[in-house]
Amino acid sequence: MRRVLSVLAAVVVFVALWEGYKAVGDPDGTVLFGTRVLPRADDLSMPHVWDMLRRLGRPELTGGRPVWQVVLGACLFTLGITVAGFAAGAVVGLLLAVAMQRFRLVERGLLPYVILSQTVPLVALAPLIAGWSGNLSFGPYPWQDWMTVAVIAAYLSFFPVAVGMLRGLQSPQASGVELMRSYAAGWWRTLIKLRLPAALPYLFPALRLAGAAAVVGAVVGEISTGTRGGIGRLVIEYSREATSDPAKVYTAMLGAALLGLVVAALVSLLELPLMRHRRRVPVVTM
Amino acid sequence: MRRVLPPVIVGVLALVAWELTVSLGRIAPFILPAPSAIGHELVAQRDNILSAAAASGLNALIGLLWGAAAGILAAMAASRFRLLADVSLPVAAVLNALPIIALAPILNNMFESTSNLPRRLVAGIIVFFPVFVNTLRGLREVDPTHRELMTSYAAKGWTFTRLVRLPGALPFVFTGLRQASSLAVIAAVVAEYFGGLQNGLGSRITSAAAFTAYPRAWAFVVGACLLGLIFYLTTLLLERLAMPWKARLLS
Amino acid sequence: MTAVSVSGVTQVFNRGRPDEVTALSDVDLTVAAGEFVSLIGPSGCGKSTLLRLIADLLAPTTGTVEVSGKPARQARLEQAYGIAFQQAGLFEWRTVQRNVELPLELRGQSKAERRERAAEMLELVGLADFAGHYPAQLSGGMQQRVAIARALAVHPPLLLMDEPFGALDEMTRERLQTELLAICAQTGTSTVFVTHSIPEAVFLSDRVVVMSPRPGRITGTVGIDLPARDEAVRQSPDFFSHVTLVRKTLRGTP
Repeated sequence: MRRVLSVLAAVVVFVALWEGYKAVGDPDGTVLFGTRVLPRADDLSMPHVWDMLRRLGRPELTGGRPVWQVVLGACLFTLGITVAGFAAGAVVGLLLAVAMQRFRLVERGLLPYVILSQTVPLVALAPLIAGWSGNLSFGPYPWQDWMTVAVIAAYLSFFPVAVGMLRGLQSPQASGVELMRSYAAGWWRTLIKLRLPAALPYLFPALRLAGAAAVVGAVVGEISTGTRGGIGRLVIEYSREATSDPAKVYTAMLGAALLGLVVAALVSLLELPLMRHRRRVPVVTM
Repeated sequence: MRRVLPPVIVGVLALVAWELTVSLGRIAPFILPAPSAIGHELVAQRDNILSAAAASGLNALIGLLWGAAAGILAAMAASRFRLLADVSLPVAAVLNALPIIALAPILNNMFESTSNLPRRLVAGIIVFFPVFVNTLRGLREVDPTHRELMTSYAAKGWTFTRLVRLPGALPFVFTGLRQASSLAVIAAVVAEYFGGLQNGLGSRITSAAAFTAYPRAWAFVVGACLLGLIFYLTTLLLERLAMPWKARLLS
Repeated sequence: MTAVSVSGVTQVFNRGRPDEVTALSDVDLTVAAGEFVSLIGPSGCGKSTLLRLIADLLAPTTGTVEVSGKPARQARLEQAYGIAFQQAGLFEWRTVQRNVELPLELRGQSKAERRERAAEMLELVGLADFAGHYPAQLSGGMQQRVAIARALAVHPPLLLMDEPFGALDEMTRERLQTELLAICAQTGTSTVFVTHSIPEAVFLSDRVVVMSPRPGRITGTVGIDLPARDEAVRQSPDFFSHVTLVRKTLRGTP
């Protein structure tokens, strides 16, 4: 409740700032030392908030579907890709974490690369994976554009899960592990009875990070691969029309924000049944 | 040695396996070029890579600097007023769940698409959140013993902040900065996919891919990776210099 | 001259709420200059609260607290006491020496003065060789010695200690007790010492103040009259008879 109020307050403050700047700002922006340090305040660059909302109701192109339907459809399309990528990334991350916990050698050999892979912009690979579509196929199933995007989303989301889960699996204290040993419980039973429950408070914050990362991966993936139908693509397409129809691109932005919120909410739903009486731990991924 | 050896072995094995799969399995270069081909391009294109990396790196650096400064200052302000902190943390959490990078084309419109400014802005906004959230957490967590001790010294206000809060928050600040340093590079490179000036690594990768010069595109990706690594390692180094008391524990 | 004078003090937490607690009820306590007084009692008897009232970390609901003849608040502002807690509470980002310098720094003393005094204090607690180390490089007992050096750095007439040896092992504990007594004798400092260890209270104190909970109050005082304070006295029948006396007072069956 408090959260919702905070966010609403922030939206109000932001709208007030936006309209306030439009009212007082220089229509051509403020230029200092040859660079524009404050944005243009004219209707072309910063349309009124109500114009953006009104634009949602009007048709995309003359006689076409209203924009809100197009945006919503694009959101659903990207949501599907995001969920597929997130699921794949989470499963890979979980398996990797279990493998690293089980075999110290795997941890030693792989963990540095897992961490390394996050410090470098491997998302830059996106345009290259795009080359797979039309050229690669698994038997009768050809590689498709959306798969490229899902791969990128999965790549971005596996890391928080792998690292968070590994820390969670390693979180039980020695006394707990020794207790399980005294019961003659093997590795598997220790995993099920001790390590997995102990890892949950670490897993869920990691999943939230992974969800947000999957959204970014899907949006960036769509843009850099030129995949049609999704919200990322819509942002680019509408931004090209900015000179004639400035409010349009903001409707796509609203859609992207909505997508982020929906994914965050879905991930939170995952944890509801399991985290009712659990303590929360702050998770640091790097 | 025991810490370094396993990853090195894994890395070498992976490279060899990659090379063999590509050359023996006759995988087309548009799917996966061989490491040797990428290495060849890396050498051939080193001047281009360097200048593109300098352009993207500068964008990332400026974004990182202003985003981090804004994040730290905002966290200090929020830690002074309870209400502000209580309101801003959930807002930051929500904003962080949004694909902020998609702001790039809008900023291109609001400023001008022929300058690097929109990219630096996007990188800074993305950097802001991890720095803000981590710093605020650090500033709010004060050891109760330290609090009582400072009360016994009748020290409060700025003295308290300077002696206890700021140094105590430093490890948290650097946790945020470490995440931010990688994010800044990623944002600077990826923002180039959204149009605008064509001078950085991101636009070089897309144009190479468009010409189906895949080994060259991969070489630019390697350049981007090296850039990210430099940012990350520099932050690690700064962290050690700034916190000599942790140096022994980090290594 | 009295070092501490507490009269008619009552401390109520969460006043007027359902979880209202009377932590201390009508407490009177006087500590003479140079005297070593221990506060002992079970958890919840208010001994730490009483110490915090003397330190003016809490303000009493009713009653007055005076330190060296001044109101507790004024004494705190003048740094008229040094304090050490169960957690050493060192600043991990400062070297040992700079930790000891902290209270001097807040008094605005010059760098040279601070350095000299810190060296003197570290000498006193036997850590002169560790001035340049960081707290994380020291053992728990050494950290606690640094905390004591920090508490004594301003040469306060009064030392307040809240279970400072509570988290240490028994051997370290006994060694630090002997050191503490030597330091107090050397500096002439009055001390109020909170503990829940009977032998510790008997060994250290001139007087042991026994407290009991619900509501926290003083239920008895045991004067300790031992011929000497060395390792031998820990084995003496005299020592054990004092321990028994304190234990009986704690149980309320004198």
